[in-house]
Amino acid sequence: MKLTQISVFLENRKGRLYDVCSLLGKTGINIRALTIAETETFGVLRIVVDKSDLAIQTLRKNNFVANLTDVVAIEVGDKPGGLAEILKVFADNDVNVEYMYGFVEKFSDNALLVFRFEDTDNATKILADKGVKVVTRKEIEGL
Amino acid sequence: MDVPFWNKEIETADRSRLEAIQLERLRETVGWALKTPFYQKQLRQAKISSADDIRSLADLRKIPFTTKDDLRLNFPRGLLAVDMKDVVRIHSSSGTTGIPTVIYYSKEDIDNWTDMLARCLFSTGVTSRDVFQNMMTYGMFTGGLGMHYGAERVGMAVIPMGGGNTKRQIKTMKDFGTTAIHVTPSYLLHIHTKLEEAEVKREDLVLKKAFTGAEPHSEDIRKKIERIWNIDAYNSYGLSELNGPGVAFECVYKNDMHLWEDGYIVEIIDPDTGEPVRDGDSGEVVLTNLIRRATPMLRYRTRDLAYLHTDPCPCGRTHRRLSRIMGRTDDMLIINGINLFPSQIEEVVMRIPEVATNYIIQVEKRGDLDHLTVKVEIYPKLFLGDPSQLEALKGRITEELRSAIILHPTVELHEPNSLPVSEGKAKRVIDLRPKE
Repeated sequence: MKLTQISVFLENRKGRLYDVCSLLGKTGINIRALTIAETETFGVLRIVVDKSDLAIQTLRKNNFVANLTDVVAIEVGDKPGGLAEILKVFADNDVNVEYMYGFVEKFSDNALLVFRFEDTDNATKILADKGVKVVTRKEIEGL
Repeated sequence: MDVPFWNKEIETADRSRLEAIQLERLRETVGWALKTPFYQKQLRQAKISSADDIRSLADLRKIPFTTKDDLRLNFPRGLLAVDMKDVVRIHSSSGTTGIPTVIYYSKEDIDNWTDMLARCLFSTGVTSRDVFQNMMTYGMFTGGLGMHYGAERVGMAVIPMGGGNTKRQIKTMKDFGTTAIHVTPSYLLHIHTKLEEAEVKREDLVLKKAFTGAEPHSEDIRKKIERIWNIDAYNSYGLSELNGPGVAFECVYKNDMHLWEDGYIVEIIDPDTGEPVRDGDSGEVVLTNLIRRATPMLRYRTRDLAYLHTDPCPCGRTHRRLSRIMGRTDDMLIINGINLFPSQIEEVVMRIPEVATNYIIQVEKRGDLDHLTVKVEIYPKLFLGDPSQLEALKGRITEELRSAIILHPTVELHEPNSLPVSEGKAKRVIDLRPKE
């Protein structure tokens, strides 16, 4: 099951990240997972939120440069070797991970991780075959 | 003070003699100009159909001005006055909108120009015993080859280094005992900061003189150069439309630049009205080339602002002195000696689809060198959420700018509508360099 990640272009300017977060906060949107890819002169904020449609509309209406990307969220055992276990599945099946990051919260004893794959459809199929638990859209919305 | 002359008779000729030479050469130049499609049209407007229509120097003012745009619009051969078989050199400068300007030289033209440069260099006291390192860019830019020829004519040992490669410049100065250099003032200051890195001490060098040009600079900068290097620095002025370097040059007294009036007619005009200013007032420098047959140039508007000194120089030369360049009448920027029009940058950034319509050009000093930053807004629809895509875009813009303007800018990506837009005409250029 694919989830929607929102990427926001952030120029290197004081308070720009605050602007995004406060706008989402005022609109009643909850950030579930977040990471920032930064370069010398700009950054890209990546977030998974509870209401992604509303979030993208709001951001664009407020002149943020934002786009949607398919990602997959996976529950991983919160114990030594937990992440390695899942990465082994990917390695064995030639699934390429472009980047990954962790959730802010979790809903069981397991850790929650967001993965961006080179080929999302193929990755979700393999995850289903291997019986790996992925997080559904409903779960994100109700987290 | 010992005052050396390359051609004492001409350099100290009295006013009436100079004006007689000017009139004779102006008539000759008008004759050449009438061979070009561009000047046929211009001179017809002024009811001048042959050299005989020029009876006095005052008749010069009947001739319409020539502008950089005229040169562009008549590219490539509209101002060529000789058969191509008689052309021995072509120089060119980059254009403001992609169309360059071109200057042709005959063998005699190169010879005349070279002689002017020899006169310039010799007047500062260099001789055939000097070792001359030319740090100006060679190629289509006149600052490289032009000065090279002049220095050879003086008999100096010429090292044709060209620009850049600072450590090698320093090492070369040491290896060959360079005594004189031709360089932009900002680069000369920059080299000084790299001596230690090059593991060369000032005492290892025998440098005595620097000829600074290609970018306007203040008296304070000259003093700073002379102090930190312990050398004499001489200001110079020239532009390819008027052959190149060597139009005006400082003598041993270093009190502004003798403009060689047997080779050029100088006028200082009010840029708004085109009328001459009062003697000694500042205005736009307008120059007529009297010593180039292949590409005649009549009343060329340089866009440079300066004034002429009215008092004589103690060296005894009668040719009037041009002040330092005080500014420009257009929006041209001079960055590390390279001329840049904002429109050149606009042309590049606007053809890149990922870039929105707003951009800012910022110039500042980093150490002693100028640094150019181009800030562009990205076009939201083409943002895919991927930083590597943006890095690639940044790299592409940098590379396209570099090949278009020679300079290597820093490119910054910004959000749409984030760059300041002033009311009315957008203010695209922010020049943060200190004004002296």
